[in-house]
Amino acid sequence: MKPATSWGRLSADPHHVVGLNDPSRVKTLVCHGPQPGVAHGMGRSYGDISLNPEGTLWVTTGLDHFIAFDNSTGRLVCEAGVLLRDIQRLVIPRGWILPVTPGTQLVTVGGAIANDVHGKNHHVLGSFGDHVQNLTLIRTDGEVIQCGPHERADWFAATVGGSGLTGVITQAEIQLRRVAGPWLDTETVPYANLDEFFRLADDSEADWEHTVSWIDCITGGGGRGLFMRGNPTNAEDRSAPEGRKLTMPIVPPVSLVNRLSLRPFNMAYYHIKKWEAGRAITHYEPFFYPLDNLLEWNRMYGPKGFFQYQSVVPREVGQDAVQAMLKEIARSGDGSFLAVLKTFGNRQPVGMLSFPQPGVTLALDFPNHGERTHKLFERLDAIVREAKGRIYLAKDARMPRELFEAGYPRLAEFMKYRDRGISSGLSRRLMGS
Amino acid sequence: MNNKNRIVIIGATSAIAEHCARLWLQKQSIDLTLVGRDAQRIERVATDLKVRSPESEIRIVRTGFLDPEAINATVENIVQSGDVDVVLIAHGSLPEQADCQDDLKACREALDVNGVSPVLYAEAFAKQMAKTNHGTIALIGSVAGDRGRKSNYVYGAAKGLVTRYAQGLQHRFAGTEVKVVLIKPGPTDTPMTAHFKGKGAKLASVESVAKQIVDGIEAGKPVIYAPGKWWLIMMIIRHLPATIFNKINI
Repeated sequence: MKPATSWGRLSADPHHVVGLNDPSRVKTLVCHGPQPGVAHGMGRSYGDISLNPEGTLWVTTGLDHFIAFDNSTGRLVCEAGVLLRDIQRLVIPRGWILPVTPGTQLVTVGGAIANDVHGKNHHVLGSFGDHVQNLTLIRTDGEVIQCGPHERADWFAATVGGSGLTGVITQAEIQLRRVAGPWLDTETVPYANLDEFFRLADDSEADWEHTVSWIDCITGGGGRGLFMRGNPTNAEDRSAPEGRKLTMPIVPPVSLVNRLSLRPFNMAYYHIKKWEAGRAITHYEPFFYPLDNLLEWNRMYGPKGFFQYQSVVPREVGQDAVQAMLKEIARSGDGSFLAVLKTFGNRQPVGMLSFPQPGVTLALDFPNHGERTHKLFERLDAIVREAKGRIYLAKDARMPRELFEAGYPRLAEFMKYRDRGISSGLSRRLMGS
Repeated sequence: MNNKNRIVIIGATSAIAEHCARLWLQKQSIDLTLVGRDAQRIERVATDLKVRSPESEIRIVRTGFLDPEAINATVENIVQSGDVDVVLIAHGSLPEQADCQDDLKACREALDVNGVSPVLYAEAFAKQMAKTNHGTIALIGSVAGDRGRKSNYVYGAAKGLVTRYAQGLQHRFAGTEVKVVLIKPGPTDTPMTAHFKGKGAKLASVESVAKQIVDGIEAGKPVIYAPGKWWLIMMIIRHLPATIFNKINI
C-alpha cells in the first residue's frame, strides 16, 4: 500500500498501486481483482475522482506508446497513458495540433477522455471527447469494447466524461487539426467589471478561437480582470521560449495563498498584466499551459491542500450568479488567486456526465481551512443550485449528492454502463458505490 | 548503406533503454536496431519509435540472451549491414534476492542474464569494433555492483562482473577510437509516479536517467552514475570499514 494524492493534496490515503505497463497484460491485471480499482494517470484532477482509498489504483502512465500517426489525415492512435505534452511536441512540428487542450498538458489521453476536458476554444471546437474517433475500453469482467461516435455510440457517450467508471480506457484514436505552427496571435484586454467581461466575451466569440479570463475576485468586491484571446497564426522564424522549469521545492507549513497575501497578489498581477496588455505573438506553451513550468505549484497551498470550485451556470442567469458568487467570496474574506471566468459555447457535450454546457464557467481555488471553507462552499452551492448549474467532477472533492444529481440529469442513463469492478472515492461519495 | 548514425540496443524493452531511444530519435533521425527476446513487446517499442521518428530506420532482431553462438551470429548479422556507432547493452532482470538464496537455478539465471550475457554481447561487438577502430560500447551496470550487500548481492555480483569487465575493455581500447562507457543507474522510478512517494527521498525518473546516459555517451564519459549523486553515495559505501558496514541494514 502506498499513499496516493491528487492535485488538490487534500488526502494521502493508502492505495494498492498496480502499474498497467503492458497493454497485453491489462486484462489480466484488472479482471476479477480482489477489490474494486480505478484508473489513475497523472493525478491532475483535484479531488477524489482518480483516488480509491484502501482500494486499487491502476496506474496508466506506463501505457505511453504511440501506435500510429497519419500525417496526411491527422489521425493519431495511441495508448491511453500518453501525455498531451508528448502529442503536442510530436505533431505541432508536422503541422497538426490537438484541437482541444486543457490548462495543463501534463495529463494523459485517458484522463482527458474520462473527464472530457475542455479548453479556451470550447465555443469553436467543444471538448476533448468531440475529437475522439474511437477508444478501447477494458471492462473488469474481461469484455473489450471498441466504441466511438459512430460505433456503439451509447458506450462512447457513457465513457467520455464518465470519470473512468465504465471500464479502463487503454487506447484512443484522435482526430487532430491542421495548424501553421506553434504560435498564436494573442491579445490581453483589461476589464473593469462583469458587464465588460460579458461584452468582451460576446464580441470575441466570432473572431477569436481562444478566449479566457483571469478574474480578480478580491479588489473592490471582485469583478475586474484580464480577458485573454488568441488565434493560431503563422509566424515564422522565431525561437521558442526556453521553458525554464522552476519547482516549488517544499510544502510550506502554511498556505502561501492566504488573507494577507491575496490582496497584494491580485493587485500586483492585475497591474503588471494590465501594463503588458495588448497584442502579442505568443508560443502555445505559455498561452495554453501558463503553470506547467512551475512544477508542483500545488504545494504552495501548504500541508492541508486546497480545493477547486468550478461551476457552470446557464447564460441567462450567468451574470447574476457569478456576481452573487463573487459577493459571497468577498464576504468570506477568503479568496482565490487562480480564478478563471470563461463562457462556453452553445453546444451539447458528447458525454452523459460531461461538464461543459452552454453558459459561463467560474473556476476558483481555495486553501483548505476546514469548516470555514466548507461553509463558503455551501453558500456557493446554493447559488449554483438556484441557477440550475453544475459542478465539475474533475475538480470536486466535496459536493453534496443532491447537487450532483440535480446538475447531471443523464445520471440514471449513465449508471447502466458502470463497471461493477470499478469504484473511486468520488463514485462512492456521489453514486453510493 | 546510409549516413545516419547507427545505434543498436540490446534489451530494447527495458524502460531506461527505451527512453534513451526516444531521446536519440528526438535529436535526429537514426538507424536503430532493437534487439530483444519478446516479439510482441519489442514490436510495441518499435511501432512507437517509428511514429516518433518516421524518417528513422528501425529494425528488430529477436534473439535469446544466453547462447554464445546465437549472440555471435546476431552481432555478426547486425554488423554486416553497416558499421555500428553506438551499442547500448541494457538487458537484465532484477531478481528477488531471497529466490536466489533458495534456488540455485534462479541464482544461476540472475548471474547469467545480468552478468555473463552483457559481457558476451560486449565482447562480440568489441571484436567487430576493433577491426574498424570505431564505435562506442555502452554497458548498463548498477550501483549495486559497487559493493555487495545482503539485500541484492547476487544481482550485485553480476553487475560487479560487468564493472570489472568494462574496466578491462577500457584498458584494452585505451588510445583507440573505440570508447567503452559504463553506466551505473541508481534506483529509478517507473515513469512519472513520483506523487506516490509519501515521505523520503524521491527516486530519479526514467526520463532523467535516460537523459544523463545519452549525454554521457555523447561526451564519451568512461563511467556515468545516474543520477550523479550516486557517485558520492557509493564512494562512501565502498569505503566503509566492514565493522561498520556489516551493522547497517541495507
